Amino acid sequence: MAFTVPKDTYSGKVYNVTIGTGDRAASFGGENVLPFLPFEGTIPNKPLIAYEIQDVPPADWPENVQKPFSSVSGDPVTWAKFCQNTLKANAIALRLIGTHPDRENRSPEDAAKTVKDVLSAINVPLIILGSNHAEKDAPVLIAAAEAAKDKNCILGKAQEANYKTIAAAAMANNHKLIAMSELDINLSKQLNILITQMGFDKERLITDPMCSALGYGLEYTYSVMERIRLAALTQNDLTMQPPMLADVGMYVWKIKETQAPESDVPSWGNAEDRGIAWEATTAAALLMAGAELLIMRHPKAVEALGKLIEELV
Amino acid sequence: MALSGVEIFKLLPKTNCKKCGHPTCLAFAMKLAQRQASLDQCPDVSEEAKKILGDASAPPIRSVTFGSGDLAVKIGEETVLFRHDKKFVNPCALAVEIKDTLSEVEITKKIEEVLASEIDRVGQKLRIDAIALTNTSGDKGKFESAANLIASKAPNVPVILSTTDPASAEAAVKLFAGKKPIICGANSSNTEAMANIAKTEKATLGVVANNLDELSTLTEKIKSLGVEDMVIDSGAKKAKEMLGNNTMIRRAALKKNFKPFGYPVINFAQRDDSLHEALIASVGITKYSSIIVVSSIEKWKNLALFTLRQNIYTDPQVPMQVEQKIYKIGEATPDSPLTITTNFSLTYFIVSGEIENSKVPCRLAVMDCEGLSVLTAWAAGKFTASKIAAFIKESGIENEVKHRELIIPGYVAILSGAIEDKLEGWKVTVGPREANGLPAFLKTRNA
Ligand code: B12
Ligand code: SF4
Repeated sequence: MAFTVPKDTYSGKVYNVTIGTGDRAASFGGENVLPFLPFEGTIPNKPLIAYEIQDVPPADWPENVQKPFSSVSGDPVTWAKFCQNTLKANAIALRLIGTHPDRENRSPEDAAKTVKDVLSAINVPLIILGSNHAEKDAPVLIAAAEAAKDKNCILGKAQEANYKTIAAAAMANNHKLIAMSELDINLSKQLNILITQMGFDKERLITDPMCSALGYGLEYTYSVMERIRLAALTQNDLTMQPPMLADVGMYVWKIKETQAPESDVPSWGNAEDRGIAWEATTAAALLMAGAELLIMRHPKAVEALGKLIEELV
Repeated sequence: MALSGVEIFKLLPKTNCKKCGHPTCLAFAMKLAQRQASLDQCPDVSEEAKKILGDASAPPIRSVTFGSGDLAVKIGEETVLFRHDKKFVNPCALAVEIKDTLSEVEITKKIEEVLASEIDRVGQKLRIDAIALTNTSGDKGKFESAANLIASKAPNVPVILSTTDPASAEAAVKLFAGKKPIICGANSSNTEAMANIAKTEKATLGVVANNLDELSTLTEKIKSLGVEDMVIDSGAKKAKEMLGNNTMIRRAALKKNFKPFGYPVINFAQRDDSLHEALIASVGITKYSSIIVVSSIEKWKNLALFTLRQNIYTDPQVPMQVEQKIYKIGEATPDSPLTITTNFSLTYFIVSGEIENSKVPCRLAVMDCEGLSVLTAWAAGKFTASKIAAFIKESGIENEVKHRELIIPGYVAILSGAIEDKLEGWKVTVGPREANGLPAFLKTRNA
């Protein structure tokens, strides 16, 4: 029996999103096929990996992922420069975790200043993230969006509870926007619709279906992503066509497998290698599910994912 | 091509004798059409019908078992492309390569790693499933003696004998008689010889092609030579080809019922860089490998790959659950603290693990919430004050413990008053939110 390639053709396409300005601007999304299957369509861009940094020193990160940044992480500007110049980052994600009321409770003005300083030190695109405190994120991200006006950043994350103010700030200052819902394709679709009903251009959105770490609900994120991508391609569902974000580092580096020393769990092997593998494996699985933008922490995990992507294209 | 229920019905005895366990031949035919029954359930079916139906009623991807006894591995039988449609059936096997160019000491070391690879995760015992011996030397004697070493040191571990030389394959396979090894394998220049060996020695045949066209020709030819059990390798080396070919094979088998690809896929993922290899294997785990061969099995890598495999192969409709009961952790006495949580496996294992870490003997009451996590169960109305109160009363715990204090998860602190109202004589204490706060919490209480 002769073999004929069972090609699928899709009616839909993921939006192509470009962030940043000048010659270091970067694009992701744009494909009209499932991840890394170019034999039946086109894939104009590779997934983009952003290095995560934060506005305050990463005292809450496990030691093995603090270490690579120990000489630079005291200050976000030095940290950002290190990622861009030494680690050759193609994008940077600044998490304003220090604004969280239970943390340093830094003010929106402080946040705006950090954003300005980081932006003036780098030329790769910047993703600006709040502390995931729905109330506080609203004023913080408004101030941050203004400080970054016209730099074509990504602002996030807009959630059901606060999307109006954050989307308005992104719109007024020409940024892209992350819309995050919690592991439910319908909630994700609904939030994208609500945001576009405000007049926000759907081609400027990035969907975050919420990440989960390997062993801690990864299968939920994986399947929600696959379903979103299939809805975008096979049903040509316009509200499901923004590219997807996997915010990997934050979820991975808080679980036991990335922290427990080998002496506690001898059968788990070397703790440092394990943590790196955990982050890289989580990211690799989500690449297969359709993530186009990833936020990661450990340089070795980023490097490994980059190497995998090179072998996949 | 798949036959419809009515077409199948026409070929059955039409006696409605019920021996197949179905009320009528038509009902049985309908089940066959949906691939929910197997033809051999009808004892009276004619030889002719068997021939016609055999192909059509077989599952789209053949089930293959390799190895024997407790460690035997079943692969294949997959029915969908995406796990959200239906549970992936048989988790892919992970095999470690042992090259026959290694010294006896090195081979022994690898075998020992395989034997010690078992890890318990969320109640499942996971391990490196198989050894893939490769004839890197090209020498028959070396291959045979390495095989001998494996057969004697790891007699129960399933093996894949990777050689394209029929004489070497034959010599080695005899060492695993009755243990269903895989010979990997057959290519276009050794087809007949390999097929004969596989048939005589009752081995599964790995079919190694250079591309998909060649693969389909080869499996058809081998089938016509009388070999039923095969695993297939499209020859993909780079991750891009591996993903592309695996996808086309799975699609062709399921959507087009393309029989030449209706077999489990074997992928060779060996890379020099161990972390890179882990990621190539991850591509295989998510996208349609049934056997993945790696070159090294460090503990950290095994843990990550086992966990990914477990995640991808869980049932998307039914979360993994543990039994509802009151678990004793450590040497719990009637005075030991009593904690409560839901029966979602992940929740249970995290919480019980942290209680163990605390070294404070405890009771952990696990309540059936259909496998939902604490917050999800609470939001879904399954972990409510009245249900918790009823569960505690009916559990008989009041006869087991002397005290009347229940420690609840911090995330459901809001329930504490309502539980106290409904559970007369009991005091409710709010524990930490995250389980990793439990050791400190329990220790300070005890002090
Ligand atoms: C995955 C998930 C689901 C999965 C279910 C997975 C499962 N098997 O439970 C699905 C998609 C099915 C789902 C559905 C729903 N979900 Co849901 N879901 C989640 C999610 C993302 C993760 C849950 C999880 O697996 N956690 C991991 C486990 C291990 O956590 P855990 O059981 O709480 O255990 C921890 C602690 O509680 C503590 N602990 C546990 N036991 C004990 C015991 C003691 C004594 C102590 C001290 C500590 C302790 O230790 C553990 C680790 O630290 C959360 C959001 C989040 N990030 O938490 C939402 C979340 C729980 N879901 C939510 C909701 C509302 C729902 C739905 C009602 C609606 C919806 N959003 O779809 C449905 C209800 C389901 C139904 N059948 O009706 C809400 C709950 C609302 C609230 N509390 O404010 C959350 C918080 C999301 C949100 N913010 O909206 N969900
Ligand atoms: S056993 Fe065969 S003949 Fe009897 S009812 Fe079933 S299908 Fe019909």
